[in-house]
Amino acid sequence: MATRVSMVTNLERVRLPSPVMAASGCFGSGQEMGTIMDVRRLGGIVTKSVTVRPVRGLPPPRMAETESGMLNAIGLQNPGIEEFLRKDGPFIAEVGVPVFVSIAGKSVEEFAEVAARLREIPQIAAIEANISCPNVERRNLVFACDPDAAGQVINRITQVTALPVFAKLTPDVSDIVTVARECVRAGATGLSLINTLLGMSIDVDTFRPRLGAVTGGLSGPAIRPVAVRAVFQVARALPEVPIIGMGGIRTARDAIEFLLAGAWAVAIGTANFFNPHVTLEVAAGVADFLAARGLRSPSDLRGRVEAPEAVVEEPAYRSG
Amino acid sequence: MIRQTCEVLSIKKWGAYHAITIVAPEIAEQARPGQFVQIGMPEGRDFLLRRPFSIAQASKKGGWAGTLEFSVYPLHGGTTWLTEIRPHDLLDVVGPLGRPFPYPRDMTNCLLIGGGYGAAPLYFLGQELRARGKRVDMIVGARTQERVFKPVEAKRLSVTVSITTDDGTMGDRGKVTDVLPGMVTRTETEVVYACGPNEMLRAVAEYCTEQRIPTQVAVEELMACGMGVCWTCVVPVIRREGKGWDYQRSCVDGPVFSGARVWWDKWLGGRSAPIQTPPHGFRMDEVTVGKGAEWRPE
Repeated sequence: MATRVSMVTNLERVRLPSPVMAASGCFGSGQEMGTIMDVRRLGGIVTKSVTVRPVRGLPPPRMAETESGMLNAIGLQNPGIEEFLRKDGPFIAEVGVPVFVSIAGKSVEEFAEVAARLREIPQIAAIEANISCPNVERRNLVFACDPDAAGQVINRITQVTALPVFAKLTPDVSDIVTVARECVRAGATGLSLINTLLGMSIDVDTFRPRLGAVTGGLSGPAIRPVAVRAVFQVARALPEVPIIGMGGIRTARDAIEFLLAGAWAVAIGTANFFNPHVTLEVAAGVADFLAARGLRSPSDLRGRVEAPEAVVEEPAYRSG
Repeated sequence: MIRQTCEVLSIKKWGAYHAITIVAPEIAEQARPGQFVQIGMPEGRDFLLRRPFSIAQASKKGGWAGTLEFSVYPLHGGTTWLTEIRPHDLLDVVGPLGRPFPYPRDMTNCLLIGGGYGAAPLYFLGQELRARGKRVDMIVGARTQERVFKPVEAKRLSVTVSITTDDGTMGDRGKVTDVLPGMVTRTETEVVYACGPNEMLRAVAEYCTEQRIPTQVAVEELMACGMGVCWTCVVPVIRREGKGWDYQRSCVDGPVFSGARVWWDKWLGGRSAPIQTPPHGFRMDEVTVGKGAEWRPE
């Protein structure tokens, strides 16, 4: 007898119709992508990060393709919260799928200012705090590399909004579990894991960096094992905290890998660029996978990786 | 914007280039000169991103109706595979993308300038301009003879053609900008369209802006999505009113921009200090629109 699969996924206070979302910075607010695919069938949309004031962004070239991935250095170009509310607000209010608005800032107060303005769109499902974008020119202010600073931002956002807050973390830290724990303690409802990894590429013909900003964020399938590891480590430490897993997903099997590692839902970023239908294809593939195994819900796969409870800790030898 | 799996109809070699014709009725129906398509990478490649190609021809009527042509120059590993495809192979195509070349409403004398395989969309543009009763003249430049893009077709399409090559193997030895002033005078050019290497576009735009000739250029910048969401393919563009500037996306705000409004020095490196006011010292619309003339809002 065929089991009936329900793709509905609950992230504590947020209910997603499917566990497959579109990741921040790779989908706009959904308006542009809506011209080529049916955004209403998504599990959710995480918007491109918005800041208090307009941000001009970094000089081109902003993209360098690498094996199984790409580097980007955009510098959070965005029109600012005012224009965001005017231009994307009506779409977000009407799209009918959960929208997470990604917010960014150069100071704790800037995060709070943007978060407060989001009350003007009551349909917003949650806030994703982009505390880990490694591209912003003021490199010394990567909140997610400092557990205290990360906690402060999350705490301040929760003071000005009733919306669930998801902290988006960078894997470029020595211990991601410490940062995750601090964000949750400060009031984060959940965690988005992971942001890009800081990388660099050099044109050996010209001796010049291939990005205008010299360094940039690496994304795409190349980073998936790093992301799966981060999700696994955090999920083991904080099993009650909703995790949206992301980093290099382009097939249903990739998404399932994240669920097995402990993700509650997944988001797809870079793959949208080369396959605008990837989110819907992955969701369909996950449903088929569940049905074929007689499982009823994506949560039946959550954290089901058969790894030993206590991973043997021999950090000096872990690369062989 | 449409995504279609398209059958390859033919692949022809033109000098150093490969012209690929695909069956893409819906995309061809909408396509206009200056727009581009994004071709998906086949499975199992090191690189994943689509490759943008400007539309060299879109046939809406006649025996070739529903077909679309683009040209490949096997420059990088990312595109060599496309020169090895065969008729009946399938391609994953997204298009038509981008802002096309606008047509002048009142002005008649159009000069089309192409460099290397950047000349590809100009033949499509030339046909459309002629269909609107415009005079078309062309300058086609390249490094060497085999890279001059379809010189015979250029002659068929335009009243006069000037060809330049860096090594003098075809036409005049030199750059397109060497023959540009003479051509402008002889043909009483009112509007310039250009497509080719960015440095060529810069030289053409700087000359034409000085001469107050409205110019439309199709630029090229590294691009990931082609649909306006990734914000990687930006170029610095001076605002319409001439004050201030923004990074605009070449995929949806371009690839066609007014040559006078692209801030070339900022983009390609150069002499000028950061500008607060237009670098030209005159109203921006004088040169983007042209005196007493308008672009057709097509």
